[in-house]
Amino acid sequence: MKTPVILSIMMITFLSDFTEKNVIKDSGYQIGDVVSDFELKNVDGKMISLSDYNEAKGFIIAFTCNTCPFAIAYEDRIIALDKKYASKGYPVIAINPNSPIAQPGDSFKAMQQRAKEKGFTFPYLVDEGQKVYPKYGATKTPHMYVLQKTKKGIVLKYIGAIDDNHQDATAVKTRYVENAVDALLKGEEIKQTETKAIGCSIKV
Amino acid sequence: MNAEVIFKFITMKYIWIILFAFFFTSCKENKQSISKEEEKAVEVKNNTANTVNIDLEIYDFNGFKKYLNQKDDKVYIVNFWATWCGPCVKELPYFERINKEYGNKNVEVILVSLDFPHLYESKLKPFILEHHIKSKVIALDDVDMNTWIPLVNPDWSGSIPATIIYKNDTSKFFEQSFTYEILENETLKFLK
Repeated sequence: MKTPVILSIMMITFLSDFTEKNVIKDSGYQIGDVVSDFELKNVDGKMISLSDYNEAKGFIIAFTCNTCPFAIAYEDRIIALDKKYASKGYPVIAINPNSPIAQPGDSFKAMQQRAKEKGFTFPYLVDEGQKVYPKYGATKTPHMYVLQKTKKGIVLKYIGAIDDNHQDATAVKTRYVENAVDALLKGEEIKQTETKAIGCSIKV
Repeated sequence: MNAEVIFKFITMKYIWIILFAFFFTSCKENKQSISKEEEKAVEVKNNTANTVNIDLEIYDFNGFKKYLNQKDDKVYIVNFWATWCGPCVKELPYFERINKEYGNKNVEVILVSLDFPHLYESKLKPFILEHHIKSKVIALDDVDMNTWIPLVNPDWSGSIPATIIYKNDTSKFFEQSFTYEILENETLKFLK
């Protein structure tokens, strides 16, 4: 009698394990998913988690780095996002997903230097062991994620680009991240929840 | 069923798990070692030498898309790259070799540069000269990436290197780096 029960449990364990792995490997969080918290080291040496931000309504997560020309092109715009939205409850948290072994220009020291030079007003975190970026399904720098605190947890609301012109900030027509955060602040639906842009592959 | 049968069944199941695990791990390790290798890629020299000899075709996506739709029984390998992209620069010689070795076998490589337009003269053209690039290089200059990236392939997140291999109406998209062997294998599949 017990045999089928044991076998069923074995099969379920086996199948669920397998499915989960595939999901993580293939895509990471989807729009509407509840994201898990992380604890990563900031350039000032302190550990940062989403749960540290009691006042925040959500977050603008920027997977970015020191070395990618696209990330560099967007640095000032990431700083501007934090200046505009931190006080409204959506602070920027930047995470560098690159391995410093593969990309020495993204070492902890180089990150500290860059944060200082540019006067980052937000944390610039090391994804040590490169464990956080795959959960988000980030594939490149820069890669932006807008999160909102809700009753069911911290929910992913937007994935993609900052805006539609990496070459010229003054020629931008659509500000995707700003539109997403503005919509959340107004309690409206986000019109474009996912956008695409060219970026540098994450260095593993 | 007795306990031994159950045990055997469970063991068999686990063998598959172990095999799968081994397969994925070895794949991953392989990928990582390739990536690390790629990071040792040649630094692009900022050479502003004489570049008058190069005619660079520059397109917006509308002008470029014909290169994704040539239906003349030829195998086209369209690689999206940039001089600032380490893994792209690392794999360029493999594309060059394919273009050379399979050029007379109805295969053509097209290298689509996503370099910044203000660096065409100071970086891209000197790079083409210095590395003696023989494959066709064209520059794609279209800032509205959210519009054109999904038109190249809906699954493309936008990270480069990325490559499309196609012949007439059959195509395969790769958001990954290649070794020569893998690139050749994928090319051969289209030549069958």
